Amino acid sequence: MADITLTVNGAMRTGSPEARKTLADFLRDDLDLTGTHVGCEHGVCGACTVIVDGRPVRSCLMLAIQAAGSEVTTIEGLASDGELSTLQQAMWDSHSFQCGFCTPGFVMQATAFLSDHPDAGEQQIREALSGNICRCTGYQSIIDGVLLAAERARELS
Amino acid sequence: MKLPPVEYEAPTTVAEAVDLLAEYLDEASVLAGGQSLIPLLALRLARPEILIDINGIAELSGVAAADGWVTIGAGTREYVAEESWTVADAVPLLAAALPLIGHEAIRSRGTIGGSLAHADPAAELPAVTRALDAEFVVRGPSGERVIPAAQWFEGYLTTSRRPDELLVEVRFPAAKPGTGVSFQEVARRHGDFAIVGLATSLVLSGGVISDARLALAGISDVPVRAAAAEDLLTGERPSAELFDEAARRATHDIDPPADLHGSSEYRKTVAAAVVRRGLRAAADNALERQ
Repeated sequence: MADITLTVNGAMRTGSPEARKTLADFLRDDLDLTGTHVGCEHGVCGACTVIVDGRPVRSCLMLAIQAAGSEVTTIEGLASDGELSTLQQAMWDSHSFQCGFCTPGFVMQATAFLSDHPDAGEQQIREALSGNICRCTGYQSIIDGVLLAAERARELS
Repeated sequence: MKLPPVEYEAPTTVAEAVDLLAEYLDEASVLAGGQSLIPLLALRLARPEILIDINGIAELSGVAAADGWVTIGAGTREYVAEESWTVADAVPLLAAALPLIGHEAIRSRGTIGGSLAHADPAAELPAVTRALDAEFVVRGPSGERVIPAAQWFEGYLTTSRRPDELLVEVRFPAAKPGTGVSFQEVARRHGDFAIVGLATSLVLSGGVISDARLALAGISDVPVRAAAAEDLLTGERPSAELFDEAARRATHDIDPPADLHGSSEYRKTVAAAVVRRGLRAAADNALERQ
């Protein structure tokens, strides 16, 4: 057990996770942030993707203690004052989910990607999302949602 | 699955890490980016007593160029190397391979040294180091050793690093003028491990191939240089006929493993196609870079 302090969705959080506890389980079990979904638990499905210090990271492949001092953003941190982020709204409008299990991972991966590549086209977006699996196979509507978000963000800026 | 209980140390210097490795030897696993080790723990394929986390060792990170070599700290994250102008300029083959590793989120955490110490024979970086004759610098209780890539890979997931040694940096020779490179792979899905991968580097001098380097991934328990093809290519002018013959020589005596992604015969056929593609792309790249 080690005491750690980290910033999650802008708030300072502390905990004492066992060394073996992944960041995904720490977020869900210790911080009660269950929006981060755990699918395969070995880095294949992308459902648990969160943003750590500005980069998309699979939270099942990172230990909670390794996140000490980091700034973590989860799906719960995207909407502000009840208003969906541009990407969330665009995905809502594009019906970018069926069962919804993979959605938090896709949203976090796409959020990180669009913030670095606001001018990305369809091919780049497909490649950026290639590590996330949707077993309902609703990929087309997911791509549509991310493209719509990129377009709306460009109009705003 | 959840990870099994495990002890954990996070040294902040290479010296501390080496002391811990000397104490625990085979009972320890070095935790770098964790993109291969953590799945191995989750699946109970690795059961170390202790994880020695080297992410807090600042001296292990960085890219530097000097005296015709580019030195990359073992702890340098793959995305950092991917964004490095030094790598793009001086080690174009590495720059070509980096975007093919896993997916973006994997490269956020994965490290250059981690992938090379893990030594998956289907991975991109081992083939790049074999093609370029990179050098591996390890540090142990009795000091540093420099191991050429030809002696680094000993078998499936096995390197010549001793249990009390830490991989600290990897040195790549800077590309000569006239160099053209290509990293080709055939995979079921973008980001998956390659069924067959190929690192190619050619040097063209006055229209003639003066240096040819080909390393195949995924066809053996280690990355393999295609020496017979390299011999054929050296001193010749690029042509479709030459590349066809090189593909034959590179693959006629290989015996790739079979698994659910493909039979041995299929891999052999794919390997020949990949060699032709890789040579064509590297020759085109040499002209573009001039």
